[in-house]
Amino acid sequence: MAEIKTVGVAGSGTMGSGIAIVAARAGFRTIVYDTDAAALARARSEIEAFFAKSVERGKLAADQLPVVLDRLTGSTAPADLAACDLVIEAVFESLAVKHALFAALDKVCPPHTIFASNTSTLSITEIAGGSGRPDRVVGMHFCLPAQLMKLVEMSPGLVTSEASFAAAWQACEAMGQRPVKTKDHPGFILNGFLVPFNNDAIRLVEAGIAAPADIDKAIKRGMGYAMGPCELLDLIGLDTQILLCEALYGATHDPRAACPPLVRRMVAAGHLGRKSGRGFYRYDESGAMFGA
Amino acid sequence: MHYQVMINGVSRSFPGAHRLLAEATTDGDVVVLLGARAGKLLPSLARRDERRAILVELGTECLGVHTGEHRGAEGSNVIGFARFRLGDAEPSDLVELVVQPNAAPAALAGAQALFEGAGLHTALCHDAPGRILDRLLRPFFNATLRRLDEGLATADDMDLTLKLGLGYPEGTIALLERTGLAPHAEISQTLHEALGDPGFLPARRAQVAKARAHR
Repeated sequence: MAEIKTVGVAGSGTMGSGIAIVAARAGFRTIVYDTDAAALARARSEIEAFFAKSVERGKLAADQLPVVLDRLTGSTAPADLAACDLVIEAVFESLAVKHALFAALDKVCPPHTIFASNTSTLSITEIAGGSGRPDRVVGMHFCLPAQLMKLVEMSPGLVTSEASFAAAWQACEAMGQRPVKTKDHPGFILNGFLVPFNNDAIRLVEAGIAAPADIDKAIKRGMGYAMGPCELLDLIGLDTQILLCEALYGATHDPRAACPPLVRRMVAAGHLGRKSGRGFYRYDESGAMFGA
Repeated sequence: MHYQVMINGVSRSFPGAHRLLAEATTDGDVVVLLGARAGKLLPSLARRDERRAILVELGTECLGVHTGEHRGAEGSNVIGFARFRLGDAEPSDLVELVVQPNAAPAALAGAQALFEGAGLHTALCHDAPGRILDRLLRPFFNATLRRLDEGLATADDMDLTLKLGLGYPEGTIALLERTGLAPHAEISQTLHEALGDPGFLPARRAQVAKARAHR
């Protein structure tokens, strides 16, 4: 397996930008691909702002700033990812979208290129099935914000070769991340546990057993968790919780993964969480939380 | 605040010395009934209706077991409570306060003032099996143990993932090993019987630990 020197990141949203920062910061030549030129430009400016802050905070030497930024390029042409040894996709969480992306990349990337999916809920084996190179597809689920969180859940699909998985694992460590190996299981570890757990908290609210503030206080004080489930759901977004539930319940039919009706009512009412100013709590323009 | 403490059996909430016990008086308009059989003290308690609050320590049972229930309109000066504690670990500083639909506001305010005055924190919930924390945590713990059996990841990797990914101070497997898998099995089994939800059915590893504890 060739040494990984050039990393492609497909998708320039929050997650894609974060992964690009991680790869470039670690010394990999990094190519960010997106079909939307405006999204690429936004991502570039956010990445530059992040590295500028890193210099201000003493996390990056000032003379390294242009070096790191030189390693990063953007492109709207899939053919530009032909130089990549590893391509990590962070596009919309849809099997069809990921299949279309990898099928297109399979035509332009050399045989040794490993495809990695940042999916948090879809099956790596199913994604690999539409990639044209199922033995060279791995799961690499970064946590948000990727540039600050060290954890990466790494999963081989049923036909992923040991060499591909080992090479991707090595690259992940070289990026300064902490990979953990999980089976190709819906939600892997984090979402597999978190989505049902958060649903259980929503059901307590729905059943009138406890208010969000009491649930959060109980979890934080009783268990020492940094954040209660209702605060976390407001941060994730209630609309995102619906998507996570649909993916997880669709794959497992676990009743705990089924989306509680209250979430759909909240989303219908525009109570999406922090991003809409109201979820389980209310937020002002500065992001300050009320109702806790 | 003047309050009286009456004890009947071993208390899981206050197993040892605590400010709340030390500052109790011989009488008061608030009474704290402590111990595994605390609720048994309720019927014979003098001047029951005149008290501002009567606080009954709960195990896994509902408060209604001690007070009775009436068409969803029950409630009085009796408030249930339990200090959250996992298995053999020390009790946390979180007290779950249990109220019925028509609980007296003055009784609830008294309960909050008493526990918070003793340096504890309170979270309010209605009278339901598992209250807040056991209701949320037991299915999560069982799911973790089941996934371990299914080979999702190693115990260390699952724990590390929860610590790094969610900021938990301790992974679930290590937490259950430290505090006891057998006590988890017992509480989870009780909640499974009360709620019928398969998520509460104790995971195999918890059942094994319970069986070994009772050999």
